Amino acid sequence: MIEGFTALYIFMLSAFTGYEVISRVPVILHTPLMSGSNFVHGIVLVGAMIVLGHAEGALELTIGFFAVALAAGNAVGGYVATIRMLEMFQSSNRSSQKKSGGDAVSDKGAE
Amino acid sequence: MSLLIDSVYFITAFVFIYGLKQMSSPVTAHGGIVVAGIGMVAATLITLAVPEIKLGININLLLMFIAIAVGSIVAYLSAKRVAMTDMPQMIAMYNGMGGGAAAAIAAVELVKLSSSGESHGLTFQVLAVLGAVIGAVSFSGSVVAFAKLQGLMKRTLRLPLHQLMNVGLFVAVCVTGYWVATGHPVSSDHLLWFFILSVVLGVMLTLPIGGADMPVVISLFNALTGLAVAFEGFVLDNAAMIIAGTVVGSSGTLLTQMMAKAMNRQISSVLFSSFGSAANAAVEEEIKGSMKEIQAQDAAIMMAYASKVIIVPGYGMAVAQAQHKLKEMGALLEERGVEVKYAIHPVAGRMPGHMNVLLAEAGVDYDQIFDLDEINPEFPNADVALVIGANDVVNPVARSNPDSPIYGMPILAADKARNVIVIKRGQGTGFSGVENHLFYGDNTRMLYGDGKKAVGELISGIKQLS
Repeated sequence: MIEGFTALYIFMLSAFTGYEVISRVPVILHTPLMSGSNFVHGIVLVGAMIVLGHAEGALELTIGFFAVALAAGNAVGGYVATIRMLEMFQSSNRSSQKKSGGDAVSDKGAE
Repeated sequence: MSLLIDSVYFITAFVFIYGLKQMSSPVTAHGGIVVAGIGMVAATLITLAVPEIKLGININLLLMFIAIAVGSIVAYLSAKRVAMTDMPQMIAMYNGMGGGAAAAIAAVELVKLSSSGESHGLTFQVLAVLGAVIGAVSFSGSVVAFAKLQGLMKRTLRLPLHQLMNVGLFVAVCVTGYWVATGHPVSSDHLLWFFILSVVLGVMLTLPIGGADMPVVISLFNALTGLAVAFEGFVLDNAAMIIAGTVVGSSGTLLTQMMAKAMNRQISSVLFSSFGSAANAAVEEEIKGSMKEIQAQDAAIMMAYASKVIIVPGYGMAVAQAQHKLKEMGALLEERGVEVKYAIHPVAGRMPGHMNVLLAEAGVDYDQIFDLDEINPEFPNADVALVIGANDVVNPVARSNPDSPIYGMPILAADKARNVIVIKRGQGTGFSGVENHLFYGDNTRMLYGDGKKAVGELISGIKQLS
């Protein structure tokens, strides 16, 4: 195990990092961000794999199987959902850039 | 080999934090999640080389590949197919799966201790138990949240003495958790009861919470799952899990606070009291005036000859799938030289930012979309405020009546516009069940009908004028 205080340091620093990293997120990104952080804790898949990897006996294997299946669902579902939401912003961003470019031209024409 | 494994986990942890950071801006968000995705794949692949996993052809590896395939395919298909309006409950579902996985990891480790009769020390067992209870509550709670938002469970269920029963359950979970954490060896009976009680606690905590508060609850469960993953990371001695889990735990907590603030709710009152009970007790302020109906044709003329129109979309618009029609109407008005803006309340839709996703889906440019603080000063200059499918977020009672359950909630000042047109299916109240005084205002006209159909009529009305 990662020993006592080292573990506490990791925990504390990670907690502050998480808090700081998203403290300036615009409201429009709250839902995609929640989905994204939902994807990030899909890392539980790694733990589920380790546990199933050294499971012994029917009970441990069964629980381990569910752990891996659920964790894989968390990771894949979280990723696809987040990507789908963010792709919409991307396309609307691109079209707005195009449009503002067009507006600039027409403004010049008006002058 | 172990150096390589540790390096990959280290890079994964870095990439997750970097990815979340990138997600703070609409421009870089997509790149951020892709980078995080690559990190996830790398971490998953390198885990096969971890010494605890026996390589070669064995039942463990076989089950592992089947489980990954089943979980991935089911989640992939559901995430691809789900409509954007249903996204919040899908997030709840995936989050619940993560919580369930964390609880299951703890279960395997504790069952191992129970059957071998060994002990890995108090810290190990305490952390496993903490991760287990948090993960299990998040799992069953998220499933209930999913069922509620999906409409599988229509009513908020409050059993007699619900709060008292929850306290009793919580104590029971603590007691069995204590037995398991200090067990030497762990008793399998205690273990079984501990898990059953934890799952029931998650259900009982979530049952009395109403649909309007669900986003806050889902966000809270998201943070809790992160924490559970971190605890199981300590148990399995896996730094990537610890760091990613803790980061999600703290950022999720912050996000929950921001959401609760936007809805003018406290996290504690979301969890421990129901929205409706306060509404019944409050004395309703007497309503002056009456609802005045308007025909689509007249509404179309009103907007076509306006110089500025602010559109206030709510969840009702999304349910009616009217966002594409709305975008079409906005474009028509702009062609006529009308200034069109969209005003988004922080909790419009089902979650903060949900409405932006829905409008983005319809192709509305996000430089036309404004949030509460930006748009509120502009309402007095607007000729028309078009409220479609929104209710509580434009209810002036939130400003005027201290007894109202929604008093103090920041609202969009649609009532300040010169004319207000409200597209609404019928005369019902919003999520909170509070009468909306905006609908009775002198400058308000009601356009009854299905959102999509009504906007369609407005479009043909505007077209006839040109």
